[in-house]
Amino acid sequence: MRFVDEFRDADKARALAARIAALCEPGRQYKLMEVCGGHTHTIYKHGLEDYLPESVTLVHGPGCPVCVIPMGRVDDAIHLASQPDVIMTSFGDMMRVPGSNGAFFDANARGTNIRMVYSPLDSLKIAKSNPDKRVVFMAIGFETTAPSTAMTVLRARAQGIANFSVFCNHVTIIPAIKAILDSPDLRLDGFIGPGHVSTVIGCRPYEFIAKSYGKPVVVAGFEPLDILQSIYMLMVQLHEGRSEVENQYARVVPWDGNPVALKAIGETMELRPYFEWRGLGFISHSALRMREAYAGFDAERLFEVPGVRVADPKACQCGEVLKGVLKPWECKVFGTACTPETPIGTCMVSPEGACAAYYNYGRLTRQRVPEAVSIELSRP
Amino acid sequence: MTEQRVLPAGDREQQVLDRIERARRRRPKLREERITMSHGAGGKATQTLIEAIFLEAFRNPLLEPLEDAARLPVTGDKAGGAVTMALTTDSFVVSPLFFPGGNIGDLAVNGTVNDLAVAGATPMYLSAGFILEEGFPVADLTRIAESMRDAAAVAGVAVVTGDTKVVQKGKADGCYISTAGVGAVPAGVDLGVARARPGDKVLVSGPIGDHGVTIMLARGELDIEADVVSDTAPLAGLVAGLLGAVPGVRALRDATRGGVATILNEIAKAADVGVLIAENAIPVRDPVRGAAELLGIDPLYVACEGRLVAVVAGERAEQALATLRAHPLGAQAAIIGEVTAEPVGLVTIKTAFGGTRIVDLLVGDPLPRIC
Repeated sequence: MRFVDEFRDADKARALAARIAALCEPGRQYKLMEVCGGHTHTIYKHGLEDYLPESVTLVHGPGCPVCVIPMGRVDDAIHLASQPDVIMTSFGDMMRVPGSNGAFFDANARGTNIRMVYSPLDSLKIAKSNPDKRVVFMAIGFETTAPSTAMTVLRARAQGIANFSVFCNHVTIIPAIKAILDSPDLRLDGFIGPGHVSTVIGCRPYEFIAKSYGKPVVVAGFEPLDILQSIYMLMVQLHEGRSEVENQYARVVPWDGNPVALKAIGETMELRPYFEWRGLGFISHSALRMREAYAGFDAERLFEVPGVRVADPKACQCGEVLKGVLKPWECKVFGTACTPETPIGTCMVSPEGACAAYYNYGRLTRQRVPEAVSIELSRP
Repeated sequence: MTEQRVLPAGDREQQVLDRIERARRRRPKLREERITMSHGAGGKATQTLIEAIFLEAFRNPLLEPLEDAARLPVTGDKAGGAVTMALTTDSFVVSPLFFPGGNIGDLAVNGTVNDLAVAGATPMYLSAGFILEEGFPVADLTRIAESMRDAAAVAGVAVVTGDTKVVQKGKADGCYISTAGVGAVPAGVDLGVARARPGDKVLVSGPIGDHGVTIMLARGELDIEADVVSDTAPLAGLVAGLLGAVPGVRALRDATRGGVATILNEIAKAADVGVLIAENAIPVRDPVRGAAELLGIDPLYVACEGRLVAVVAGERAEQALATLRAHPLGAQAAIIGEVTAEPVGLVTIKTAFGGTRIVDLLVGDPLPRIC
C-alpha cells in the first residue's frame, strides 16, 4: 500500500540499524526519550527495538494525551455527564481511563450518555440533532488536537449552536518536557520530538532543549523507518558532539508550524496558570482553557464543576515512568496489581501508554534481530 | 531502592515478566458491578464474564470446551448406531441492520451455519427468534426474512422453528435476531483448538477484517469511504471440502468478534503452545488496511463473518492450502504461521518491518486512538 509500505521496509531498517550500531561508542550507554505516545505505539507495534543495539535504550515520555489526565478530571467529566440532559462526547481511548469511581464505560453502565466521536466536529452534529440536550465535548490532547477543538468552537459560534460546550483539558507539550529536563534524577541523551504536535507548533519551540540543556532533538514521523532514522540522526549528533533541533518529519512538519491552527487556538483558548498532570503534579502554564469571550462554550463556566482532586495511588509510579526514570517493568505494581484490565495508573490504560504498550507488546523486545548488529557499515 | 541493586536489571525484568505470565494464567475475576460494552466485545472482558458467570452456573463437560458449538452424543436407533450432533446458538444485534454485502438476516443464518461448520458438523436445522421494536418497517422485516431464506438455501439448511416478540419503541434497536442451529458430526471428525501441536501450520481462508471495517464505515460516523463489503458467507461447503480431502485438520474456528488475534490466543491457551505468525503472510485488503491505519486499529482484531482459521498438521498444510484455494470462498487462503512449543500460551508476530511483538487479547473493543 502506497505511503505505508515504503516506510516499513525491512531492508532499509537493517541498513539504518547497522549505521546506528556503528555510531555506538564502546562502553557508552545512550538513553533517548520518545516524547510522544504515538511513537511509543509505533515502536512496540513494529518491534522496532529489535533493531537497536543493547547500548541504545528508548525511554517512553509523557506525550500520551489520555495518560496525563489526572483522575480528578475524569471524575469531573463524569459529574458533568451525569447532569440532566447532558450528552458527553469523547475520543475513544478516553473511554477506559479510570477515575476514582470507574471510567466512562462504567459511567455509561450507570446511566450517563457518553458517546465516542472521531472528530470534535461530530459533537456539533449530535448537538444539532438533539436540540433539547446539552452536548459537552471532553477535549483532551496536546497541540495536536487543540486546533480541532478550537475550530469546532468557532464553527459552533458561526452556526449559532448554543447547546454545545467544551470541557477543556488540552495540555501543552513544552512545559512537560521542561519539567522532565529539570527533574534531578533524569539521565537522557536526546529527544525524539513529537511529530504531530510539531505540525502545529513547528520546531522552533524545542530550541531551548538543544541550547540551554545541551540535548539534541529530532522531530520524527510515525512510521517505523521515520523513528529509526531519527534515532540515527540523534546518534550522529551525539557522535559529533552537537546538540541541535533537526526535522526528520519535514514532509509534514513546517519549521514554523501551522499559523492557521495556532491562530485558532489563540483566538479561543488561553493558558491556565497551572494544571495538574497525572504523575508529574502541578505544572505552571501547561494547559489551556476557554477564553472569556467564548464563555458560552465553556463547560467549566456553564456547569458546576466540582474540581475533584484525587491523589495518584501511592503504589503507582506513573510519574517516574513518564519522566523516564523507571522502565514500566520497574514499577512496583506493574503487571500484578496494575494490568490493562485493571489499570491503576493511566500509563496502563491507553494502548499508547508506556506501560500498556510494554505489557501488550514489549515482553519480547530483548530478542534482537541478529542481522541488525552483524551488518558491516559500508562507507560511501 | 537498595533492593534494585541486588539483581542485574535483566534478571529483575525476567522476574516481572514471569509474574505477568503467572497472572495471565490465573482464573479471571469479574470485578465490574455492571455490564459495560467491553463485556460484549469478544476480548478478555467477554471471556471473563463467560467464565465467571455462565460457566460457573452451568458447568458441565459438554459446555466446558467453550467451542463455537457443543458436540452432543445422541443414542441412535435400535441398530445401536450412536451419532454426534452439534448444537450452537447465536444472537445478532448488528447496527446498521443493512450494510454493504449483506444484512442482519443473512448474517444470522451464516453466523449460525459457520459455528456448526467449524465444529466439523454438517449444518441441518436452524431456529430464529425475532425481537422487534414497535414501529419497525414491515418492508425491512420482509427483506431480512428473504435474505435469511436465500442464505439458508445456499447453506443447505432449513429454518424449522421460530419465535417473535415485539417490544416498546426505544427498548430495542429495530430488530434483533437470536438463532440456534443443529447439525450432524460425521464419524471420525474431532476438531478442537486444544488439539494444536507444535509443528502445525495456521491458515486463514481469505482476507481478514472485511466485515468489521464495513460495519464501522456503514455506521457513517467516520466520514471515510472505502470500497469494501462484508465477507458474510456460509463456510459449510468450504469446511466439508477441506475435511473430506485433507486428514490432519486439528481445529477450525470462524474469526468473528475479536478477529483472528482472539482465535489464535484461544489456540495458544487451550493447547499450551505458542503461535507465531508472519505479518507479511496475512491477507488484508488495501481498503481494510487503509481504514485500520487511519483509525489506529489492528485488522487482526477486526471481525470477519466468512473467514475461518484452520490449524493443520505441518505435513498437510500445503494440501490444505490448495484445497481451500480451490473453493471460491477460499481463493485467497494463506498459511499465516505455525504452532510452536514456546512461548507457551502466547501469540507472537514477526512484523513486516522485521521486529517481533506479542499479539495479546484485547480487553474490549479496539478503541480508535486520538492522534
